[in-house]
Amino acid sequence: MAKLGKSLMGWVDARFPATETYEYHMSKYYAPKNFNFWYFFGVLSMIVLVNQLVTGIWLTMSYNPSGEGAFDSIEYIMRDVEYGWLLRYMHSTGASAFFVVVYLHMFRGLLYGSYKKPRELVWLFGMAIYLALMAEGFFGYLLPWGNMSYWGAQVILNLAGAVPVVGEELVTWVRGDYLISGITLNRFFALHVVAIPLVLVALVFMHLVALHHVGSNNPDGVDIKKVKDENGVPLDGVPFHPYYTVHDLVGIVVFLAAFSAVLFFFPDGGGYFLERPNFEPANPLKTPEHIAPVWYYTPYYAILRAVPSKLGGVIAMGAAIAILFVLPWLDKSPVRSMRYKGTQSKIWLALFVVSFIGLGYLGAVPADPVKTVLSQILTIIYFLFFLLMPFYTSMETVKAVPDRVTGGAH
Amino acid sequence: MSTDGVNVDRRRLLIGATAAMGAVGVAAAAVPFVKSWNPSAKAKAAGASVKADISQLEVGQRAVFEWRGKPVWVVRRTPQMLADLPKNDADLKDPTSSDEAQQPEYARNAVRSIKPEFLVLTGICTHLGCSPLFRPEIAAADLGADWRGGFFCPCHGSRFDMAGRVYNNVPAPTNLVVPPHMYESDSIVIIGEEKA
Repeated sequence: MAKLGKSLMGWVDARFPATETYEYHMSKYYAPKNFNFWYFFGVLSMIVLVNQLVTGIWLTMSYNPSGEGAFDSIEYIMRDVEYGWLLRYMHSTGASAFFVVVYLHMFRGLLYGSYKKPRELVWLFGMAIYLALMAEGFFGYLLPWGNMSYWGAQVILNLAGAVPVVGEELVTWVRGDYLISGITLNRFFALHVVAIPLVLVALVFMHLVALHHVGSNNPDGVDIKKVKDENGVPLDGVPFHPYYTVHDLVGIVVFLAAFSAVLFFFPDGGGYFLERPNFEPANPLKTPEHIAPVWYYTPYYAILRAVPSKLGGVIAMGAAIAILFVLPWLDKSPVRSMRYKGTQSKIWLALFVVSFIGLGYLGAVPADPVKTVLSQILTIIYFLFFLLMPFYTSMETVKAVPDRVTGGAH
Repeated sequence: MSTDGVNVDRRRLLIGATAAMGAVGVAAAAVPFVKSWNPSAKAKAAGASVKADISQLEVGQRAVFEWRGKPVWVVRRTPQMLADLPKNDADLKDPTSSDEAQQPEYARNAVRSIKPEFLVLTGICTHLGCSPLFRPEIAAADLGADWRGGFFCPCHGSRFDMAGRVYNNVPAPTNLVVPPHMYESDSIVIIGEEKA
């Protein structure tokens, strides 16, 4: 039997690099042994991606992407389709969960310098994934065709209207109509279920290929490939399978427990995952009292509102996202991990976290003069974190980085 | 493979010319995909003009009509409202309607309308597309003692006067839009059409 299996595998391997690929990415991919809590969020994003793909495919089976039928078909899914409510809540809760794990995953990158040489492309592919994810969330949010879907899309689409000269035509072209209508809904559906998911999956593939080519970073920012045994295996590395596959299962179970708690007990996330005005159908003549985007966009929305000019606000918002792309070239520190960086880097990272969370809060609540000034201050801090980075990372004193990783299993 | 006797320059030119022709082909093939996103013939037809009957509109009142899915307001202004307009000028971003895109030429005047009494506006905030509220009451408690009546956007707090002109220090960049319109008779306004 074993012999038969071996010869069958040999037959396949002669025609397709099955064993080679498996070894390269799993059983002979040596990951640093000192991964900590922060290293769960990459694999968790994969879990959520699969959740979104599977529940999304099932939802399209009952969803009707038309101006007349969309809202009703969501109610149909919620009430009449067997377990439709569960599939829909898995998808809507999954969208928020996706951003939770991706934000924590990105923070891990900031904390341990995972974007630094030689992992710049890992970071860039990751940022492209983040952009695609935001587009996916935006297109998807119109699909329930609730009043917040409608007006949220209205506000965001009108941002394109700030483009000088061709702005209005551009907005009409994207909408395919003189207002957001069933035509717009239909194309957003196509983008949400086909175009962006294809891009997303391709980018995730490249993110992983780039990662496995250079090897994973770790909390010490130590290059584990520098110290190898006689077989060329890093002394501080353990094979991804079975060590990290089993290790990650624990994290996955804990995550699924938290996810299920939200899914079953707070599926609307207190009005932050599914906003209340979205429980009434889209109405072009009735603006909701207070328009706020879903929580994962609110930091950028606060930056948009902080600038007292429409075009300026759009530019600031775009710049806030764009500046993340050049992060690998802003950090001039000789060390990767925050464990060995100086005090200034630590203070700036803390300020950045405060500004990001603060902006997230301010973007979710109605604006008033005090909050606007606060948003402006936090926006400045947000940008200073990046713009001053070349200076504080090169001027501060760093601690000596050990040759081998510290901590972890032995 | 031997490259002896190869005319490298000619080969480079041919590769360049082929690539350029390929690029032209790709651009041409992209046209239908880009164009298909434009409003369809059906959408264009649905965006045609609407007739608004204003004969029942009382002085000081506002009526809302729908054109291209947007609210269009017709406000019948009181003499008091018209008399108050110049008093706002100092607090406005663009008191003289200098931005040509915000109104047709025939509404580019002190009252921003064809007939001073009737104000026709697209009821969409020029900031981010919310629909402002009609707040004609003078010195409304929540809008301050200086408020002389106008429009207030609940989304981001933009303020406009009784001619749809935007105030300073609010997020909206420009005055409210006056849509193309014409009077068919004293009681009928056609929104979306203009006198030739």
